[in-house]
Amino acid sequence: MDPARKRTIRLVVALSVAVLLAVALIYTSFSASTEAKEPSQLFSAAPGTTYDMTGRVVPGSIEKQGNGIAFRVEDREGDSQSLPVTYTGTVPDPFRGGREIVLTGAMESGTFVGKPETLITKCPSKFTTKSDG
Amino acid sequence: MASLGSVLLALAFLAAVFAAVVALAGRNGTRRWIDLSRRAVYGFCALVTACVVIIEIAFAGNDFSFNIVQQHSSIETPPFYKLAAMWSSQEGSLLLWAWVLSIASSIALYVTRNKLREIVPWATAVMMGVAAFFTGLMLFAPDVDPFATTPGPTPADGIGLNPLLQHPSMMIHPPMLYSGYVAFTIPFAFAIGALITRYVDAEWIRSTRKFALVAWTFLGFGLLLGARWSYTELGWGGYWAWDPVENAALMPWLLGTAFLHSIMVQEKRGMLKVWNACLVVATFSMALLGTFLVRSGVLQSIHAFGDNTVGPYILALIGVVVIGSTLLIVSRLDDLKSEKRIDSLISRESVFLINNLLLVGLTLVIAWGTFFPLISELFTGSKASLAAPWFDRYTTPLAILLVLFTGIGPLLAWRRVTWASAKRVFRLPLAVAAVTLAGLLILSDAGHKPWALFLFVFAAFAISGLVQEFWIGAAARRKTSGGSMAGATVAVVARNRRRYGGYIVHLGIAVILIGIAASSSFQTNRDVVLKPGESTVVDGYTVTYVKPEVEVDSEKFTFADRIRVEKDGKLVASLRPSRRFFRPTGGEVSLGTLASYFDGEATSEVGLDAGVARDFWIAPNPDISGVMGRVRRADAAFADCVRGAPGTPPQCEQLAGLMLAARDNPRLQPAALETIGALQAQSAENIARAYASERLPVTFKVIVNPLVTWMWIGGLIALAGALIALWPSRGRRRGALVRTEADALKEAKYREIRDAELDHAAGKLSDEDFAAIDAELRREAVEILDKVGANGSGNGRANGSGANGSAHGHTPDEKPESVERS
Repeated sequence: MDPARKRTIRLVVALSVAVLLAVALIYTSFSASTEAKEPSQLFSAAPGTTYDMTGRVVPGSIEKQGNGIAFRVEDREGDSQSLPVTYTGTVPDPFRGGREIVLTGAMESGTFVGKPETLITKCPSKFTTKSDG
Repeated sequence: MASLGSVLLALAFLAAVFAAVVALAGRNGTRRWIDLSRRAVYGFCALVTACVVIIEIAFAGNDFSFNIVQQHSSIETPPFYKLAAMWSSQEGSLLLWAWVLSIASSIALYVTRNKLREIVPWATAVMMGVAAFFTGLMLFAPDVDPFATTPGPTPADGIGLNPLLQHPSMMIHPPMLYSGYVAFTIPFAFAIGALITRYVDAEWIRSTRKFALVAWTFLGFGLLLGARWSYTELGWGGYWAWDPVENAALMPWLLGTAFLHSIMVQEKRGMLKVWNACLVVATFSMALLGTFLVRSGVLQSIHAFGDNTVGPYILALIGVVVIGSTLLIVSRLDDLKSEKRIDSLISRESVFLINNLLLVGLTLVIAWGTFFPLISELFTGSKASLAAPWFDRYTTPLAILLVLFTGIGPLLAWRRVTWASAKRVFRLPLAVAAVTLAGLLILSDAGHKPWALFLFVFAAFAISGLVQEFWIGAAARRKTSGGSMAGATVAVVARNRRRYGGYIVHLGIAVILIGIAASSSFQTNRDVVLKPGESTVVDGYTVTYVKPEVEVDSEKFTFADRIRVEKDGKLVASLRPSRRFFRPTGGEVSLGTLASYFDGEATSEVGLDAGVARDFWIAPNPDISGVMGRVRRADAAFADCVRGAPGTPPQCEQLAGLMLAARDNPRLQPAALETIGALQAQSAENIARAYASERLPVTFKVIVNPLVTWMWIGGLIALAGALIALWPSRGRRRGALVRTEADALKEAKYREIRDAELDHAAGKLSDEDFAAIDAELRREAVEILDKVGANGSGNGRANGSGANGSAHGHTPDEKPESVERS
């Protein structure tokens, strides 16, 4: 086989592998991803479906409940009805009222139940927010 | 002071613009203009340095008339953190960007002042364009002026630095990452210069390679420090979360790793020119993107620091960089043709190509995952994100393959490898890998975690291959010069710093990956609830909660717990992890209630017993609901007392009187505050004591993390390797002033000859292959020398190489510093 032809074949094989991998990547990312929703959108969400809930912890709403905690979360902007949330597991240091959080979980009879170890609290943005409380 | 700073900053901006314009005026190689622009860059550096000094003086001297100081520092902030507080702000980090860039640009231009006369003006223009962009942001964008002041009286105290940020890492982690991001500007600028002027040989690479390596080292070390910080401070026990901002720093690092390898191929073989140009543009764009992500809040991240005032501008800059560079590269495709082709699929350059593809693939995967929320919003209309398991699924196999090639690469010679020589160098590493595999399968439960098992085996292969490299190099050296094995090892490393420094970095990376694989696959992570005096067993360790110790001072409540850790009846460690609740500081001094202690930040002080084999990690999460109840009652009682409500103790009347008097007479206020403070401290003490005597259960997070210490050890090994590779060689130090491009070309060719000899001595090149390659290299060397000899100024770009006469009279046989005299 002449070298030019060999190179072409090699290129085609490499490109096909790359395309296959890319397709796998794209396919799995859409099926493995969890949709992000704000508390106000979650009231009407299908129970049992997993979502990433992003919102702000209502100051003063955090209570101990069994082994975990219960609190309420509202939309990051605008006044919305707040959503009751329960969570068991590690609570990050910066977590407290007024903080923005991301929590993965699902709705169960009107309450958002967080999966353990999925609570993310945004680093304190001392730089901007005045809403800490 | 602030107005002086503003003036200096404006002058710095003008200096950057001036330097860029003058540099472009000298694009035809006019010495005068080039020199002037270089001095303007030095001037820019001096001005920005002065700005930084002014800000730091303001921080050190508690000058709260500066907004930046008022918002990020306070009187009680420890001096160490006052200096670090500058870069906790948006404006301060922009200033840091500009400062690091000014230093890096000055060094780059100083080093190349007698070289690359065509490329330097364009590179200067690019660097100063970026510098003008960042200084301009501070001057013209809203809310990012570091010298902003608030009209009116100077506040008495500042808000203070967030307790979470008060960690020694704060002093080095952000500047390290920023320096890494910024230093990639230099190779980018020179690459653009080389493309514009069509001088696309390896010369710009040789001049900026060290900057790429410095950037890579800073970025890598910054990442590792961040991981360490997260591990010890955040009460979470992990070191990596695939958070967008972490990814944003990892991506340029990965691309930088690819770049450092692929430029070697261009340097040595004149190939991959388009690839290198694309890589350097991508790396720089990723570095800008990292800066952008930190500051934009586009993606959900624990690091998104809020403010969005400069995000759009940085995004615009990224757009200009990407589009401009792409057009430039496309228009120069003809000049970027490879000079040679890959001789053999089994050669070092082809392994480099594979490692490049793996690294770029890894970066693409991470980029896809990081930006998936935006992608999915585009296609499905709702933001959806990918979590750690998705990232792990793709990055783990790629990382494992990378370790394998980290091991294979150093074993192969450039150009080609024969079967016989391959057998010779692969024998030992393959044997070690096989023994490791058997040992792990028989002696440990690593068989349940195939990925980790693969990684350990490949790492064993890589490490033994690298050790063998040192051994062979030292043995070859010893044959010719004698001496001890240790002495020969040192000598051979000192002679070939780039090569062996690189090997040491590989060693470090392999060790880091062992630490990551072991700690992520074989970690025991449990939440246990214990009362004082109770014990539980976690992974063979008996953990006893001895007793709580609660402390309270004017700024925080500390809930500490004495923990005893035993194994087989023997004491392993006595730890005292704690959780601390900080009062918010700053603002006007108010009559803080006790409840205010729980309004501020809470941080964990992790109890950590680090060990070679495993880390024992514990962090408490006390139940403070009882404390909160008492605090509220105490606050209510106190309020009653101050109001003089009926039924309160007699002291209250006195206090109420004092308060009333203080309201009318400001001079009495300090005394009143002091009295109240003392009373509050007393009741806080009581609450603390009550908590300790209640013997409440505490939830502890306990982690037994095997081999995690090796991550940090591997990091230090890699750092040492990078420093060895960066250390200036003797010849360069001596000849720095008279070194010309022709000399550089000649030296590079000699280095190639030396490398081939080393490979031959190490048994990687067969005799015939070596003879053929050596002959070819010598022929090329003769060509270079002829060129140098023919027109005293090298290839027309160097200045005065003929003048020192050193280039004349060399013959290729006179090669310097042969490792093995054959």
